[in-house]
Amino acid sequence: MNFDFSDDQKLLKEQVRKFLADKCPMTVTRRVLEKEEPYAAEVWKGLVEMGLTGTAIPEEFGGLGLGALELCVIAEELGRAAAPVPFSSSIYLAAEAIKLFGTKKQKETWLPKLASGEIIGTLAVSEGTHAAHPRNIAVKLAGGKLNGVKQPVADGGAASVAIVAVNTGGPNKSKEGEQAVSLAIVDLKAAGVSAEPVRTLDPSRQHVTLSFKDAPAEILGDKAGEGWSQLSRVLDGAAVLFAFEQVGGTEAALEMARGYALERYAFGRQIGSYQAIKHKLADIYVKKELAKSNAYFGAMMLNDEGAELTEAAAASRIAGTDAYVFAAQENVQTHGGIGYTWESDCQFHYRRAKLLALAVGAAIQWKEKLVSRLEAKNAA
Amino acid sequence: MDFNDTTEEAAYRAQVRAWLDKNATRKENARDIAPPKDLKEMIAQSKAWQAKKADAGYACITWPKEWGGGGGTTINNVIYGQEESKYAVPGGIFAIGLGMCIPTVMSWGPDEAKQRFVKPAVRGDEIWCQLFSEPAGGSDVAGLRTKAEKDGDDWVINGQKVWTSGAHFCDYGILLTRTDPNVPKHKGLTMFWIDMKDPAVEVRPIKQMSGGAEFNEVFFTNLRVKDSQRLGGVGDGWKVALTTLMNERLAVGGSQGNADTDELIRLARDTDIAGEPAIRHGGVRERIADWYVQAQGLKFTRFRTLTALSKGETPGPESSISKIVAAKKMQDLGSFGMDLQDMGGVIRDRKISPEEGAYTEQWIGAAGYRIAGGTDEILRNIVAERVLGLPQDIRVDKDLPFNQAPKGK
Repeated sequence: MNFDFSDDQKLLKEQVRKFLADKCPMTVTRRVLEKEEPYAAEVWKGLVEMGLTGTAIPEEFGGLGLGALELCVIAEELGRAAAPVPFSSSIYLAAEAIKLFGTKKQKETWLPKLASGEIIGTLAVSEGTHAAHPRNIAVKLAGGKLNGVKQPVADGGAASVAIVAVNTGGPNKSKEGEQAVSLAIVDLKAAGVSAEPVRTLDPSRQHVTLSFKDAPAEILGDKAGEGWSQLSRVLDGAAVLFAFEQVGGTEAALEMARGYALERYAFGRQIGSYQAIKHKLADIYVKKELAKSNAYFGAMMLNDEGAELTEAAAASRIAGTDAYVFAAQENVQTHGGIGYTWESDCQFHYRRAKLLALAVGAAIQWKEKLVSRLEAKNAA
Repeated sequence: MDFNDTTEEAAYRAQVRAWLDKNATRKENARDIAPPKDLKEMIAQSKAWQAKKADAGYACITWPKEWGGGGGTTINNVIYGQEESKYAVPGGIFAIGLGMCIPTVMSWGPDEAKQRFVKPAVRGDEIWCQLFSEPAGGSDVAGLRTKAEKDGDDWVINGQKVWTSGAHFCDYGILLTRTDPNVPKHKGLTMFWIDMKDPAVEVRPIKQMSGGAEFNEVFFTNLRVKDSQRLGGVGDGWKVALTTLMNERLAVGGSQGNADTDELIRLARDTDIAGEPAIRHGGVRERIADWYVQAQGLKFTRFRTLTALSKGETPGPESSISKIVAAKKMQDLGSFGMDLQDMGGVIRDRKISPEEGAYTEQWIGAAGYRIAGGTDEILRNIVAERVLGLPQDIRVDKDLPFNQAPKGK
């Protein structure tokens, strides 16, 4: 039984943790949020200089050629710091999608630049306030021209390239009522693309509305119509990585709540000596450990491209979302009135927890994906 | 990252399997084995199996060989447990004795007690029980009232214990008593070993709400024990008891009942909500997902602990979440399984109910499981205090002499 990260991976985690503790305290997250900066440029630069953006990109495309496990330990630390950087958009989503499904030429064009941090990438799926599905994707790619609107798109203002879920026209031959969906690769600096910031619940991570008017675009890879299953695979991987961010965030929120429970006195004693508070924090701990254990299995399946990746990813996402949202909410609650003020740092986990809970699909969507798989297995 | 055995672990597993194949029947082939016809036969079968294990070095695997153990590692013990669980072998009537009582005797007993008791217990010749809980002290064990008074070289014991598993068939027990009511409660306790067959010991079974009777009340009327039966110093009983209790949560395992999400998916296919299969209902699907994620979380938490053991490291505190999650899940899933049967869910008949009535049985059993070996609330206190380092609750009786502390009836 070797269900743990290696010593090298733990060392990498420690390095990232130290860097972020030093360069990305909550004052940085606060600054980005208050000034509405697209991201913390100096933190991003530091992460790039440490080579982290190239971690899981193959050496032939300018990366370090390490695996998913290394990305997982980085993700946990980014989550702990609630870091205001476009790492998830550029690496878990854009680079992974290109790595998985791009043509050799697309990989050669984009991966070295994403690895070196020269450019930022992102993934654009959502088209407003409803879940995307092959029945409703309206952004259309025809004759190499892209038209329509994606909203919200994380880091879409800073990004130079986006992987966009598009309708490539015509019905899906294998599924009645659904349209053929593809993933397209779009140069966001080209003519016909405009990005307008959109207000969100967590301004420490900029989101935009991306509008395409006859913007030049091409299919990711060489097969049109495979986009929905490709997207599903990209999101499975990202769900695992986001789950590690959620575990890191949960730990940080728990640590904040614990610290306050020890220093705050009410009715002549530390509030952490009341069972109402102790049991609340114990419940956060329980959820955190369930999330961590599920995320570990997700990491293993992702690294091995295992047969249970989808179930493991869904379980990681469901447990991670449950843990971080609960921890962030109960952290505010433990702090009482001060936790609700602008000056308190509680707000950053509160916002980030919900942002991550929605980022690659809400828990209820993942529960449906999970149970569909379990049903199929159970019937077999 | 992988789930593979190391070379040594694989070799040990192979050796265990070969031995089990030779000496026991695999569960899937065990349908024809008749269950023991009564308690006496069950105990005889258990003793025979335990002796066999002891001869082969598979009883008390981590204990030194000179005490009758196997001289192995913790991971050896885990591997044996994993493999044995696939075979139809008699259940755990020795778990409390070997998991809690004998380790206490070994840590605190005089040499002659160790020489006399350890080996027969390992072989299953003698069975032990633990006499701590009382009507007035469950979660608060140190509030116990059973009195031991010095009389010459002897002690005379009067009082009552409760929730004593297996007292009706045990040979010996470890008994926590109050020897000084004039000092604060934790300071006036003393531990003894006692002979359960002494006529001054009376055992009465407690009928549980499940209908079974696994626990007992035990009454002591002028029970005389020698001072040489004392385990640890006079007044050191709490320190001694902590040795026992530290082992208890390891002994109360991670059972989750017989129905889990696989069974629930089957049931949801076979039952309806508003004329549609229940499995199509979002509320049903969401619950299946939540319980699956909990079960996976527990499984992989166990794997993290095993990994630490496999590397020879001390496991982290993560295993402390196990019973908190498992017991409540067992109860809720059982309850929901009955809901899916709608009006028919009230039936408690193995021949009629799905999964031979597993939903109802685990729902009833979980009510006890959420309390046994540390209630949900006590376990949360333990996580909060020992893992998160939060302060203890204010204890109003902590510094008062026991006989002046506030008490209920």
